[in-house]
Amino acid sequence: MALDSKVPQGPLKDKWTDYKNHINLVNPANKRHIDVIVVGTGLAGGSASATLAELGYNVKAFAYQDSPRRAHSIAAQGGINAAKNYQGDGDSTYRLFYDTVKGGDYRSREANVYRLAEVSANIIDQCVAQGVPFARDYGGLLDNRSFGGVLVSRTFYAKGQTGQQLLLGAYSAMNRQIARGKIEMFNRHEMLDVVIVDGKARGIIARNLVTGEIERHSAHAVVIASGGYGNVYFLSTNAMGSNVTAGWKVHKKGAYFANPCYTQIHPTCIPRSGDYQSKLTLMSESLRNDGRIWVPKHLKDVEAIKAGTLKPTQLKEEDRDYYLERRYPAFGNLVPRDVASRAAKERCDAGYGVNATGEAVYLDFAASFVRYGKEQAKIQGITNPSEAKIKELGQEIVRAKYGNLFQMYEKIVDENPYETPMMIYPAVHYTMGGVWVDYNLMTTIPGCYAIGEANFSDHGANRLGASALMQGLADGYFVLPYTIGDYLADDIRTGKIPTDTPEFEAAEKEVKERIDFFINNKGTHSVDYYHKKLGKIMWEECGMSRNAAGLKQAIEDISALRKDFWQNVIVPGTDTEYNEQLAKAGRVADFLELGELFAKDALVREESAGGHFREEHQTEDGEAKRMKEFQFVSAWEYKGEPKDAVLHKEALEYENIEVKERSYK
Amino acid sequence: MNLTLKIWRQKDANSKGQMTDYQISDVSDHMSFLEMMDVLNEQIINKGEEPVAFDHDCREGICGMCSMYINGEAHGPDRGVTTCQLHMRMFKDGDTITIEPWKAAAFPVIKDLVVDRSAFDRIQHAGGYISVNTSGNTQDANSIPIAKQAADTAMDAATCIGCGACVATCKNSSAMLFVGAKVSQYALLPQGQVEAADRVRNMVAQMDLEGFGNCTNTGACEVECPKGISLDNIARMNRELMKASI
Repeated sequence: MALDSKVPQGPLKDKWTDYKNHINLVNPANKRHIDVIVVGTGLAGGSASATLAELGYNVKAFAYQDSPRRAHSIAAQGGINAAKNYQGDGDSTYRLFYDTVKGGDYRSREANVYRLAEVSANIIDQCVAQGVPFARDYGGLLDNRSFGGVLVSRTFYAKGQTGQQLLLGAYSAMNRQIARGKIEMFNRHEMLDVVIVDGKARGIIARNLVTGEIERHSAHAVVIASGGYGNVYFLSTNAMGSNVTAGWKVHKKGAYFANPCYTQIHPTCIPRSGDYQSKLTLMSESLRNDGRIWVPKHLKDVEAIKAGTLKPTQLKEEDRDYYLERRYPAFGNLVPRDVASRAAKERCDAGYGVNATGEAVYLDFAASFVRYGKEQAKIQGITNPSEAKIKELGQEIVRAKYGNLFQMYEKIVDENPYETPMMIYPAVHYTMGGVWVDYNLMTTIPGCYAIGEANFSDHGANRLGASALMQGLADGYFVLPYTIGDYLADDIRTGKIPTDTPEFEAAEKEVKERIDFFINNKGTHSVDYYHKKLGKIMWEECGMSRNAAGLKQAIEDISALRKDFWQNVIVPGTDTEYNEQLAKAGRVADFLELGELFAKDALVREESAGGHFREEHQTEDGEAKRMKEFQFVSAWEYKGEPKDAVLHKEALEYENIEVKERSYK
Repeated sequence: MNLTLKIWRQKDANSKGQMTDYQISDVSDHMSFLEMMDVLNEQIINKGEEPVAFDHDCREGICGMCSMYINGEAHGPDRGVTTCQLHMRMFKDGDTITIEPWKAAAFPVIKDLVVDRSAFDRIQHAGGYISVNTSGNTQDANSIPIAKQAADTAMDAATCIGCGACVATCKNSSAMLFVGAKVSQYALLPQGQVEAADRVRNMVAQMDLEGFGNCTNTGACEVECPKGISLDNIARMNRELMKASI
């Protein structure tokens, strides 16, 4: 099958408007006879479910959590970008588009990104109308902060809990439709397969996680909004239940999987502490607005700090290496995430890591306490304030901005970040790769859509901070509701899709056989045993830097591990009850396939781009080196074993932006 | 450290449950409480038995999924944290720790420590929203200035994670802190005014229908709330309800 991105003709700035003017619409009376399944209730799935129901479609929404409000979008901290230009600092739709394409290292689709930037402002209007309590200044207008990789302040926020507030906004919109019966909500349900009828996605097989019952659900279209696959690394900032299963199942039924190797390793996370660790915790990128990142300049000081004979606060200014400010004077501590993460790894690999494992750098707020403190003293008319008073006043401001993050850090690490610098290290956070979609957000299976983090289209090889929330809500509120209508216009006479057909029968049988296998296998190793082993391979060979030998080894190791898993995994309990191990076994089985495709994709991509850093391809000063011949999307077609996957290429063309060396110096 | 755990085990909603003792050794100070539970479950699985079921997801204190009643306190002995943020440094070698599910008639047990909190969702369905369709044509976000203090107070109320600790800890199993927080968020913002009366009436009616008790101003909910939701929100809800009924 040839890949057709279906990007409309015409000038970039008119594409979306012209597209909307010419698509087919479904009249309100007909929408009542059309069903749509949405898998996942995060920002993308929640906003899509609510909007489709408002339009009149019958929505069936699925979440593995006990309530749609708990989807992992809830954990997003820092903010959401929008080209409002409220600060008058030169922002515009074009600039947001430009920053996003450049930030993604010129590996995203121009038309999709421009549309994203175009609808970004509507998102803020919509959320405010819903009652989302964004931060405001004293004049009562919305406040903004700045994020990495940009030179304007376009990030809207609600303390360090922006994802929570936006998700609760989408959840409230869903609740209104659930109350009206337009959304039927299936909590504690997991999609285990997609059902294809006459070449079109017409339903899913889902498991009720409380009773174990296998259910058939039909619809005229299926939307995958199940998030990213960062948990393939075992340790990540994702929720424990985050998984690739929905995306992987549609991949196995014909949807191409794009750029699996593009993973975001976020620079500011709390370092790991021991083997029992179950997940990693992110410290919002917004902290880099006010925190400065450094390690000691001299190895002797590193040793003294590790030995506990020297405190970081005692180290003189000239003995500190603010390595981001040194290497990237233009963007300083606010370089994009891929750049900041690699720079931390470079310093730690050279022996400058400041904790016992050697995998930590400092994020220091001392300078901002002084800066804010002096400003406050002036505002409050305090003459000749003491150093202590300045610090106190400054800390108040920092507390107001990031209080919940500081508290979170203190609870986990047991150190007071107001008194000593935070220690941070990069961790897996987000996956730019995902199910391939065209301009309509439709996968290569007709009638099957993928939105939010589950698809691949907008962030290229690296996502900028505060853009995930923007994309999730753009897809769900403002893009999919149009594009899906164009497709469903052909279904007004189809009628209800029956579930007592051979297609549903076959899909259900396959699902049940796999569950039976897990329950009856009675092996020797737990599901987590395999998940941890997979995570170790992924982190070591497919982490912040990759090379051909390591990737080949990873492919071999993952394949062997998968074989072992299918022989020796043990799942306790039965299939007719609440059984978390059983649910997890299915998810890890899919990660074991995805992991291998991931390594294969990274091996084929003989260049460095964004989060994908191949050691063989770097500039003299260690920056990522892109290759013109790799200016394409890798879309993989499933053919059985991951090693047999077939590569399809979607060429990326940049007509409105000059492809340049990506520099933040 | 070495610990004795007394954990509530219950096969399903229809079975009778009981406390079961477990021993666990070599627990590190730096472990989170749920990581300690992971280690325990790994032990149980390797013995060929069924692990302890408990709800958890984000493990960073924001999704509201985790819900353990530890030594007689919702989310355990620390303040301002959820169970997943509770660390083992709060305990000492030789301790016996009692772990139970949320206990409230409106939160029936599904299995072991997992309870059904769908009553909270149904209260939100009754009015926890502002009726605005997605259109792209709503007015500009800055067209109505909102006083910083009102926005900040609304945000403090909106911080509720819906975990149910307030209900679990209340001697009346009251959900008033939860409902008050949502009512307050909208009551403090201009967008919420149009539907204010119907909202508070409908949400409170649903709350009563679900079998939650009433507030008798003990204040335990505020103490145990991992997000520090203030009792003021209950007062505000009562005022709103009063306003709505005259």
